[in-house]
Amino acid sequence: MNNEVKLISGAMVMLALSTSALVVLPYLQVHDAPPLPGLKPYTSAELRGREVYIANGCVYCHSQQPRAKAFAPDFSRGWGRATVAGDYAYDQPHLLGTMRTGPDLMNVGVRQPSEPWHLGHLYQPRAFMPGSIMPSYPFLFETKAKAEKDDVVVSLPPGQAPAGQVVVARPQALDLVKYLQSLDRSYPAIAGPAVKP
Amino acid sequence: MNTVAILLSAFVLSFVALLVFIWSQRTGLFDRSSKGAEVIFAPGEIGRIEEPAAAASAQGSLQGAVDTAGAGHATRADAAELAERARADASTAPLVFFMFCCAIAWLLVASAAGLTASIKLHEPDWLVQQAWLTFGRIRTIHLNAVAYGWAPMAGLGIAMFVIPRLLKTPLLGARFAFIGAVFWNAALIAGLGSIAAGINDGLEWLEIPWQIGILFAVGGALIGLPLVFTLVNRRVEHLYVSVWYMACALFWLPVLFVVAKMPGLHQGVQQAAMNWWFGHNVLGLFYTPLALASVYYFLPKVIGRPIQSYNLSLLGFWGLAFFYGQVGGHHLIGGPVPEWMVTLSIVQSMMMIIPVAAFTVNQYQTLQGRLSALRWSPTLRFIGVGGLMYTASSVQGSLEALRSMNAVTHFTHYTVAHAHLGLYGFVSFVFFGAMYFVMPRITAREWPYPALITAHFWLVSGGFALYFVSLTTAGWLQGLAMLDAARPFMDSVAVTLPYLKGRSLGGAFMVLGHLVFAAHFMALTLGFGPQRDKPALFRQLFRKAATA
Repeated sequence: MNNEVKLISGAMVMLALSTSALVVLPYLQVHDAPPLPGLKPYTSAELRGREVYIANGCVYCHSQQPRAKAFAPDFSRGWGRATVAGDYAYDQPHLLGTMRTGPDLMNVGVRQPSEPWHLGHLYQPRAFMPGSIMPSYPFLFETKAKAEKDDVVVSLPPGQAPAGQVVVARPQALDLVKYLQSLDRSYPAIAGPAVKP
Repeated sequence: MNTVAILLSAFVLSFVALLVFIWSQRTGLFDRSSKGAEVIFAPGEIGRIEEPAAAASAQGSLQGAVDTAGAGHATRADAAELAERARADASTAPLVFFMFCCAIAWLLVASAAGLTASIKLHEPDWLVQQAWLTFGRIRTIHLNAVAYGWAPMAGLGIAMFVIPRLLKTPLLGARFAFIGAVFWNAALIAGLGSIAAGINDGLEWLEIPWQIGILFAVGGALIGLPLVFTLVNRRVEHLYVSVWYMACALFWLPVLFVVAKMPGLHQGVQQAAMNWWFGHNVLGLFYTPLALASVYYFLPKVIGRPIQSYNLSLLGFWGLAFFYGQVGGHHLIGGPVPEWMVTLSIVQSMMMIIPVAAFTVNQYQTLQGRLSALRWSPTLRFIGVGGLMYTASSVQGSLEALRSMNAVTHFTHYTVAHAHLGLYGFVSFVFFGAMYFVMPRITAREWPYPALITAHFWLVSGGFALYFVSLTTAGWLQGLAMLDAARPFMDSVAVTLPYLKGRSLGGAFMVLGHLVFAAHFMALTLGFGPQRDKPALFRQLFRKAATA
């Protein structure tokens, strides 16, 4: 081959084909997928929590995309129905994830709605889930001799908090838990009455 | 519209287009002449080895091994052309050296971060007080230091060295690339810092904030300029296959990066599709072509024998350009993306077997009868293993894209092991080999301790074998446990633990190998170690060229 213009233009044609297949066509098809009727926009606290989720790389171990029953037992694990594009209408950036070192979180707000549980679990996962390999996040909390007014004290099993101290949630931990509680796609995927999830 | 109809028509159309394209690039596709393959040799040079990474005695043995295979002995190589090659090498020396220094620094950063992340997976309460050391951040620092530090600095440095040789033209405008490399590294420092501080764009492979991405784009463009200048001012008619790969990689990356980083453009599920279009193409259309270009140059050059079939390499190149670009959707099998897109990606993943087979057969035929050369040439040993790993990882990748296999491996450590087979077993091994070749040429010094090259090879090979086998097993068991609804989720965690420890051990050997490499690199740079009485071939040539 002797012609660099031919070479580069051929190469760019190849890339254009790939871009139209994987970027442009999906853009036309699902970019403006309307939110499903049951989906609520995030509140500002939930959005702040989502930033904490992103900053600490939760997505590298937790997916947010339960698959169809025919494909994998995601539903019987309690992770929820298979999601559709309209479930992600408010998600920017997307957090679909590629790993399940931990369980899928698309519906964690449904199966585990308790704030105290989430706070304690973030502080020390193994106190709540023996055998878990999730990191503990002590930097999202502070320890004090005595809680002040308005402090959210983390309730932990005996022996988990430093002796003589209380563990108090920082705002990031509270926001993160609000985001986790908001993860709920238990409404029907198809608009209309009497559709079971 | 009917999905099957779209798919089928797109497939037929593009396949026909591919055939026409190849035909238009070169009529007489199955012509057996291989004039194009010989442009990497000076007249009369075929049959003569070039292996600056080996000591003088090993070079003799290597030449002997090649001679006994008997492909016609080298006559006297054209001295003028060799001197010209020496001038081309000299024109790139400071720039390539700088890029290699950066590459090795990032290799060490990435190694430390990777090993830390690996240990954290089985010691989850280790180093948890600092936010920047948490698994989600240090793992991301590891990925970005490899993806934007080690791999591009090494790969582009090698391209800077190889392209002037192939075009028989000294590198023009090296100072632009110098400034570009400085920008690039500054951007990476800022990017890793922001990830550590918890500021990132939230997309895998694209975490570095887009504001810093602008600096990458400017730096990358400046690095590309000298290659364009050299290309348009070249003194050869024919563009060797390595030039296609390197030039196209340089044009593909900016498009990928700019489209992917455009703020506010992508959203929701569509963004996920774009994410894996980028994530897979940065591997397939940037690192892979840079590494393949290195194999296509260094393998034949070391053993002094042109590539067996130049036409197969043509098929390999256009096949890769076409099929690889469309495979990214297989990262979202079973996900909420359009079904036709996933199916298209699975089909093209299988089609990747064609260019991979073309490459593999070609390299094997070129080496055939000369396998003993692997014993004497460090460059060839690394590049040979790397080439094999390319075949292995590509075939594995095609199989992983099948729905039946993907059901087990998706979302598990199996995928991580596969990614390392590609980017470490293949790309990094090839880059190691190429750097062993290039350094003596640009510094006019030999590697002072050949034993350290051997140590590096066996540490990273053994370490990586342990790494890969452990993590693949972990992922497979994890996938089976997750697919079995009767087993609790925690089973899928518990089964991986012994293998995750095995992976950390393998990773530790790899890190040790990198430390040996870095120390040897420093020893060569600073002139430590035994000074050989026989100076490297390059120095003689360069002196001749200077006095001529």
